[in-house]
Amino acid sequence: MSDAEKAFGKRGNRDASVVNPRPAGTVDGSRRSGPVGPGREGDPFLIGEGMSGGYGRGPDILHDCTIAVEKGQIAVIVGPNGAGKSTAMKAIFGMLDLRKGSVRLDGRDITALNPQDRVKAGMGFVPQVNNIFPSMSCEENLEMGAFIRDDDIADTMAQVYDLFPILKEKRRQAAGELSGGQRQQLAVGRALMTRPSLLMLDEPTAGVSPIVMDELFDRIIAIARGGLPILMVEQNAKQAMAIADKAYVLVQGANAHTGSGKELMNNDEVRRTFLGG
Amino acid sequence: MDILNALVAFLNFVFIPAAAYGAQLALGALGVTLIYGILRFSNFAHGDTMAFGTAVTILVTWALQAAGISLGPLPTALLALPLGIAGTAAMVLLTDRAVYRFYRVQKAAPIILVMASVGVMFLMNGLTRLLIGVDEQRFADGARFVINVRDFREMTGLQEGLALKTTQALTVIVAVIVVWALFWFLNRTKSGKAMRAYSDNEDLALLSGIDPEKVVRLTWIIAASLATIAGVLYGLDKAFKPFNYFQILLPIFAAAIVGGLGNPLGAIAGGFVVAFSEVAITYPWLKVAGYLFPGWEPGGLLQLLGTEYKFAVSFVILIVVLLFKPTGLFRGKSV
Repeated sequence: MSDAEKAFGKRGNRDASVVNPRPAGTVDGSRRSGPVGPGREGDPFLIGEGMSGGYGRGPDILHDCTIAVEKGQIAVIVGPNGAGKSTAMKAIFGMLDLRKGSVRLDGRDITALNPQDRVKAGMGFVPQVNNIFPSMSCEENLEMGAFIRDDDIADTMAQVYDLFPILKEKRRQAAGELSGGQRQQLAVGRALMTRPSLLMLDEPTAGVSPIVMDELFDRIIAIARGGLPILMVEQNAKQAMAIADKAYVLVQGANAHTGSGKELMNNDEVRRTFLGG
Repeated sequence: MDILNALVAFLNFVFIPAAAYGAQLALGALGVTLIYGILRFSNFAHGDTMAFGTAVTILVTWALQAAGISLGPLPTALLALPLGIAGTAAMVLLTDRAVYRFYRVQKAAPIILVMASVGVMFLMNGLTRLLIGVDEQRFADGARFVINVRDFREMTGLQEGLALKTTQALTVIVAVIVVWALFWFLNRTKSGKAMRAYSDNEDLALLSGIDPEKVVRLTWIIAASLATIAGVLYGLDKAFKPFNYFQILLPIFAAAIVGGLGNPLGAIAGGFVVAFSEVAITYPWLKVAGYLFPGWEPGGLLQLLGTEYKFAVSFVILIVVLLFKPTGLFRGKSV
């Protein structure tokens, strides 16, 4: 809280006839990217290695945390509330100040890149909330997803519509009028529009009904079958592990267990402490 | 009952002036609403930006007139307008760089930006006066009327005359073109859509590769253009006086809020609602009533409010809307 806020509270900021109540952005868009370094021999497709850091000048949330995704695989990050799952993903996406560790994608060290440039480097990121442009139509949302592309986007859009037929049906409708599940589909579709080489999903099934959740998981598997590696943070650990090639259980910002989804499901300790029996 | 003459009197004294005034307010309110939607604050300096833009345009107009260049029946100011817009755009971009950017980088609460804009307002206020003086300037030249009263009477044989000033016709035509261009830009072009995306969700826009500073610059340039066009049209129609442009801020805000802040369509509707109410309430209806009800001899002029009180009308509309439909007619964000 700044000094001004302590003295005046939120006074004046609730009057929508003079100030727009829409929250400002949280990502610092003015940060410039540093240089891209070479990757290391034998790296997986994406690896965030030994990451330690937190938000701004705050305390560290991640402690020597390592997450990796191999080509053509699904990796999931699971763990109890507050374990730093989303934070780990944000660290990989460059929204966090890393004190230690590095992020390497496809043979390049991208630790110094800002989030915008990581999108250009091939990362597709779907935030957990506020992941669509509510007043714009579905089609415009997808167009904005492809903002950095100068070539013809019609093919990619057709692919997204094939994957999520409901979006084609509602393509002239404002995205804010969609249901929760449809919004998530649109958010994933928007991220796919850049033709990323890696898709990162932050709790894609948060707040949707079980039926919609199953459908979303199906779509995600379909995307992975198409050869796009996926890194996903999930609350529904059981379902997530069932589809994961690799699963990371985080506890208090550090790796607790790592293994294939099946291995972890059969691991007594993981079952007992985390999956509930 | 003489409906035709009543209609002509109504058109001449209410409809035409209100339509022109409404178009001017709508253009002003569009600028306010754009800044509100994208930069998240109400720009109190908008009225004085209009004044500054008009002052620059007038200076260029004088230079053109001195050089013997004119547009024939159209006002020379139209020719000077692009330069006026360029000067105003440069001015607001400079202001943004010097004042607003500082707060934006810090992600300051929007009310701080509102207060900063009040400061900018006073500064711009003084600057305009230094530039052109405090006096009233009339800079409309070319043909005065499209239709004048005598011609109209001779043409139709009606007792009541109708005048359509060149500036009034011009105001409406220019406003229609500008509004069409703005909507086309916002809904059809990549940059326009990027502006809307930024206004919807700053973070996601950034993550989609939209450069926020570019969006902000574009917004200021468009707002400056709208302000200058609105100011010049208002000045042509009436006269240019810096103080009037400070005062017009109230009806402009009323228009933007009545339509729903942040909604461009609302700004236009709001402009006309405010203009028609203002003119209709301050117009003495005696003449129209005289044609409609020949036997009736009312005691007064049938004028609800003196013209001195015309700003009270904006105030009342503003309060009524905020009380009963706080989001405005077109579902904006004002509460």
